[in-house]
Amino acid sequence: MTSEHKEADGIEELLPWHAAGTLSRRDAERVEAALKRDPELARRFEMVRDELGATIQLNETLGAPSARAMTDLFARIDAEPKRAPRALGLGARVASFFGSLTPRTMAYASAAAVLAIVLQAGVIGVMVSKSGSGGYETASAPTTAPGVGAFTIIRFAPQATMDDITKFMEMNKFNVVAGPTAGGLYKVRVGDASLAAGDLNALVKKLQSDKVVGFVAPTR
Amino acid sequence: MQTSSDEVLISRIANGDRLAMQVLFARHHVRVYRFVLRLVRNEATAEDLISEVFLDVWRQAAKFEGRSAVSTWMLSIARFKALSALRRKPEYELDEETAEAIEDHSDDPEVTLAKKDKGALLREALSALSAEHREVIDLVYYHEKSVEEVARIVDIPEATVKTRMFYARKKLSELLKERGIDRGWP
Repeated sequence: MTSEHKEADGIEELLPWHAAGTLSRRDAERVEAALKRDPELARRFEMVRDELGATIQLNETLGAPSARAMTDLFARIDAEPKRAPRALGLGARVASFFGSLTPRTMAYASAAAVLAIVLQAGVIGVMVSKSGSGGYETASAPTTAPGVGAFTIIRFAPQATMDDITKFMEMNKFNVVAGPTAGGLYKVRVGDASLAAGDLNALVKKLQSDKVVGFVAPTR
Repeated sequence: MQTSSDEVLISRIANGDRLAMQVLFARHHVRVYRFVLRLVRNEATAEDLISEVFLDVWRQAAKFEGRSAVSTWMLSIARFKALSALRRKPEYELDEETAEAIEDHSDDPEVTLAKKDKGALLREALSALSAEHREVIDLVYYHEKSVEEVARIVDIPEATVKTRMFYARKKLSELLKERGIDRGWP
């Protein structure tokens, strides 16, 4: 199938959302299948991934608002008239429904749901806090000062499991030194300071194809 | 992952829970600020606007029906506030022109290419896009919004979202070409 056919199918216009991981499972599978069949489409997808990386980097350099924004907001909220408790909304009604379940049923359901949600964030959090220097270290990795080395920013793929991430970090001897940011990005030390820029870029390109990685780019 | 707990926070905020408001603010204010800043291109204005956005969230929480994610709802409010501010103070548009003029360069493409790496040129081209194109690119790539969510925030049909994204990317290719990078597309 040619790229013209992809355009007719609307596959190509889905590439930005596929790169960002926001397509439905069905659409993502359609795009994946098309990417495997069509090298030109795959080349264009790499372009999209470059755009995604540049957009994230651009936005991450914008900084954050000062404390003034929060101070102003809560001064204005405090000046608002007190409100009377309202009738239960949908969210509260759902909460009320779950509240009516037996404790045992609720405990099992909650444990399963919470486990799935926190697993990825939890394992990465452990990686960040594991070592005294603030960086995750494999048994064989030498201790390095936090600010020294070659770094990337990485967002792990949403479908990556605890095992996937642990294996990925250990196999590559990487250390998480900071994160996550608001965008779910982690700063990861991927080598020592002697790693040349060209080698770092080559490493980033290689990591981009790893299924554990949703997004990766070099950083300082 | 965060959507359902955001809805719980909104439900509490609707009942006047100030702490829930603090949590929601801490969770989302940086992203909302960056979204607004990219539209108005003025840090002081962006700070003023996020206070207004979250004040609206405080006031309107009881009306939130959960038809979209809370973050999508807040970005819709933020966009409305930013566009209203731009209409009130057309000098922000002047700021934008000034910013674009500053980003413009006198070197020819070959010299520019030699000076900067591809990533830097790509970021420069992204900054040179029109506000409309910047907005859709930021929403899709940075704010991780689906086609449906972008349509809701920008208040346009879903088909238009896809078309606008396509033309934004096409324009990006043109801007890169002016800077010496031919992507061979479109």
